[in-house]
Amino acid sequence: MKEISILIGGKAGDGIRQAGQTVSTLLNRIGYRIFFYDDYPSLIRGGHNFSIIRASEKRIIAHKDSVDIIVALNKDTAEKHKSRLNAEGMILYDSKAVDTEGVGIDFMQIVKQLDGLPIMRNTAAIGALAKVLGIEWPVVERVMKDTIEKQVALNLNIAQLAYEKVGTSRFVIEKLDQKSLPLVSGNEAIALGAVRAGLNMYIAYPMTPASAILHYLAAHEDDLGVVTVHPESEIAVALMALGAAYAGARSMVGTSGGGFALMTEALSLAGQGEFPVVFIECQRPGPSTGVPTYTMQGDLSFVVHAGHGEFLKVVLAPGDAEEAFYLTGLAMNLAWKFHIPTFVLSDKHLSESIFSFAADPDKIKPEPPLIWDGQGKYKRYLDTQDGISPLAFPGDPAATVKVTSYEHDEYGITTEDPDQIARMQEKRLRKKEGLIDELAKNEQVKIYGNRESKTVLLCWGSTKGACIEVAEQLGLKVVQPLVLKPLPIDPLRQALSDADMIIGIEVNATGQLAKLLSGHGFGIDHMILRYDARPFTVDGLLDKVKEVIS
Amino acid sequence: MTTPKKIETYAVNTWCPGCGNFSILTSIRKVLANLSNEGFDLHRVAMVSGIGCHAKIVDYVDVNTFYSIHGRVPPAMTGIKLANPDLTVIGHSGDGDAYGEGVEHLIFSAKRNIDLTYIIHNNRVYGLTTGQFTPTSPTGFKGRSTPMGSPEEPLNPIELMIASGATFVARGFSGKIKQLQDLIRAAIDHKGFSFIDVLQPCYTFYDTYNFYRERVYEFTGQEHDASDRTAALAKAGEWAYREGERIPIGIFYQVERATYEETLLRGRIPVKLSPKDIRPVLEKHI
Repeated sequence: MKEISILIGGKAGDGIRQAGQTVSTLLNRIGYRIFFYDDYPSLIRGGHNFSIIRASEKRIIAHKDSVDIIVALNKDTAEKHKSRLNAEGMILYDSKAVDTEGVGIDFMQIVKQLDGLPIMRNTAAIGALAKVLGIEWPVVERVMKDTIEKQVALNLNIAQLAYEKVGTSRFVIEKLDQKSLPLVSGNEAIALGAVRAGLNMYIAYPMTPASAILHYLAAHEDDLGVVTVHPESEIAVALMALGAAYAGARSMVGTSGGGFALMTEALSLAGQGEFPVVFIECQRPGPSTGVPTYTMQGDLSFVVHAGHGEFLKVVLAPGDAEEAFYLTGLAMNLAWKFHIPTFVLSDKHLSESIFSFAADPDKIKPEPPLIWDGQGKYKRYLDTQDGISPLAFPGDPAATVKVTSYEHDEYGITTEDPDQIARMQEKRLRKKEGLIDELAKNEQVKIYGNRESKTVLLCWGSTKGACIEVAEQLGLKVVQPLVLKPLPIDPLRQALSDADMIIGIEVNATGQLAKLLSGHGFGIDHMILRYDARPFTVDGLLDKVKEVIS
Repeated sequence: MTTPKKIETYAVNTWCPGCGNFSILTSIRKVLANLSNEGFDLHRVAMVSGIGCHAKIVDYVDVNTFYSIHGRVPPAMTGIKLANPDLTVIGHSGDGDAYGEGVEHLIFSAKRNIDLTYIIHNNRVYGLTTGQFTPTSPTGFKGRSTPMGSPEEPLNPIELMIASGATFVARGFSGKIKQLQDLIRAAIDHKGFSFIDVLQPCYTFYDTYNFYRERVYEFTGQEHDASDRTAALAKAGEWAYREGERIPIGIFYQVERATYEETLLRGRIPVKLSPKDIRPVLEKHI
C-alpha cells in the first residue's frame, strides 16, 4: 500500500496533536510524504480533538474525509468518526474506554503496569499503531528517542509492550526508497522564510492560529539569530515594528483577523511614512471571536482593503508550506525594496497543518535595500523618478532621518501646502510601476491539473490542496493566484481566457476572491463555498465539483 | 560648539504665542546642545512625538525624529530602542495622548523599565481639537465635550508611574525653565524608564499660568529621599490635579533596576544581527 490515512482522536489534554505528529514522523522516516491536519476546539481539557495523518508515496497537501485507520482513545472518537472508515478500514481502540469492533487494547493497563503517567496512554497507542502498520520496531524506537523529551526509557517500554500486544500487523506499509523531508507547519514555514530574507525582529501578541510563529521563533531565537518580542497588545506590536523598521531592523508581525483589526491604524502610518513592515494574517472564522481554532478564508476583502487613506501594499496568499516559505521571503524583500507594508495571508488550515517540506532555502536571500550614498543633505522622502527614496537610519553620523505620519516635504517636515501634498502622494503611488515589474519576475498565478481543460477550479490559499487532487481526478484545470494585491491581471487573463466554466472554490460564505476578480471583469460561473469553519477535503470537494460539472 | 540655534529646522513654528510648549522646546534644545558639546553625537538621538500640539516639536528640532500617532509614542520608542539600543530615545506626548489614548502603553513602558525618556506636555486640555477635558483636567472642567463640567476625577500620573514601575518620575513646570532643563538632563542620564510630567498652560483653551505660578514649589534631593517609594508616593499625593495650595515640582522617585532591553536582548543588537542558516533547524524536523 502506497497511501494511508489515519485518524487519531481523544479529549483535549490526551496529547492528540503530539501523537499525530509522532505518527507523521514514523511514516516520514520510511519515505512517505505527509499531510497532517489537526482539528481541536478552543479549550484546554475535555472536548473532542482529532488529527488526520495522510501519508503517500507522492506529494500531497490535503486530507480526505475517509480514513483507513481510526485510533480511538475515547468513545467519542469511535462514534463520531466510524462512518469515515474505508471498506478495509479498522479501529484501533482503547478497550477500557471504547466498545467497538477492531483491535482493542487496554492502553491504560499497559501504562499502569509500567508505572507510567496517564498521558502516556498515547504512547501506548502509537506503539500499537506502529505494529498494526507493520513498521519495524527499530524505526519506532528511533523516532521515539528523537521526539520524546522526557522519560524516554519509560515511554519506550510502554510503546513496546503495546506493540507486542497487537500480535500481527493488519497493513503492510512498505518502506519507500525516497529521502525523508522535514515536516514543517505553515507557521514554521512563514517563520523560516522570514529568517531567510533577513528577519531581525518578530513582534507578536498571542492569537490563534498565528501564535505558533511566535512560539517557534522564540524557541529558536539563538539558532536562527532573531529577536522576538511579545508586547501588551496588537496596537503596540504594530507600532514597535514600525519603530524597529525606522531604526533599520527587518521586522515582522503576526496575528489573526481580530488582532489585525487593531493594527490597521499602524498600517496607514506605514503607508504614509513609508515603513517597510511585513504583516502575517492567519485567518480564522469571524466575525469577531468567531470560531477561534478553526479555519476560514474570510479576511481577504478586509486585508486587501485595510487602512484609511490611499497607499500601496502587497498581499500574498500561499497555499502550502513551500509557498508560505517563499512568499514570506518575497514579502520581506518587497517591503524593504519599496518601503511599503506587505502581507502574507494565511489561515488556520495552512498555518497549523504540517507538510513534507521540499523548499530550497537558497531561493530566498535578503535583498539589500537602496541605501543613501552619503552625498549632500539626507532627505528621507527624496522625490525620485521611481518614487523610492534611499534609506538611512538613526545613528548614521551624516544623516538626520525624519519620518512622519503627517504629510510632509522631502526632508520629513510637516506640510499642508497643496502642491507638496499632491507631489508626495504621487511620489508614493509612483512606486507601483516598479512593484508590478518586480512582482512579474515571480510566479504570480499557479496552474495545476489539465492545462487544456476548459473547466477551471479557481482557488486561493490553503484550498489549493484539495482542488489540485480533484482536478487531477476529473481532468480539470486549477488556477491559483499567489498575489492578491496588486492583482496580477495579465497572468490571470492568460490563465482564465480559454475557460468555458470557472468554478470559484473558497472557504468563506460570500466568495471573496470571486468578488475581487469580478471587479476586474472576470466572470465566475459557479461557486462552491464552505463556511462551517472546516477546510475542504479531497473526497468532500470531489462530490461537490461533480455535481456542478455533471 | 553646538548652540541651541544650530539644532533648529526651517519649519515655521505654529504654536500660539504664550504656549507652554515653547519652554519645553527651548529646554530640549539646550539639553541637546549641552550633550553635543560634551562630545555626544546627536545623530544617536531619536525623538518621537504623538499627535496634538506637543507633537509639532519634532519639526522644530533637527535630530532624527519619528512623528508618530496619537497615544502610540511608547511602542514606537520601544521598537527603536530594541532594534538599536545604542540610540538615546526621547519621547514627547500630550496628556490626552499619554494618559488617554495611550495609557496602556505608558503603564507597560514603566513596568518594563525600558531605557527611554518620556516628556509629557501636560496642559490638561485638548488644544488641537479645540478644548475638551483630558484625563488630568479637574472634575467639573467645562470643555466643549462637557459643557456641564467633566464628570471624572483626574488621574494623578505621578502616582500612576511610581505604581507601575517607572524608575525615574519627575514633575516640571514650563514656567521654571532652568529646573526643567535639569530634569530633562537627569531623565536622559538615568538608565531606565524616565518620566517627566510637565505642567504647562494652554494660553488659548486653559490658561493655568498664574494658577501654577502661585502654587508650584521646587524640591530637591536634600529635602526628599527619591529612593524611598513611600515618601515618593506621599509627595505625589500632595497635589491631586484639582485645586490645592501647593504643587511640588522635582524628582519624586529615582531607583536603579535592570532595563527591559538589557534583559530581553542579552547583549544582542537587532540591527546588527545576521540571521543564521536555517538548515540545522530544518534537520530537526525530519
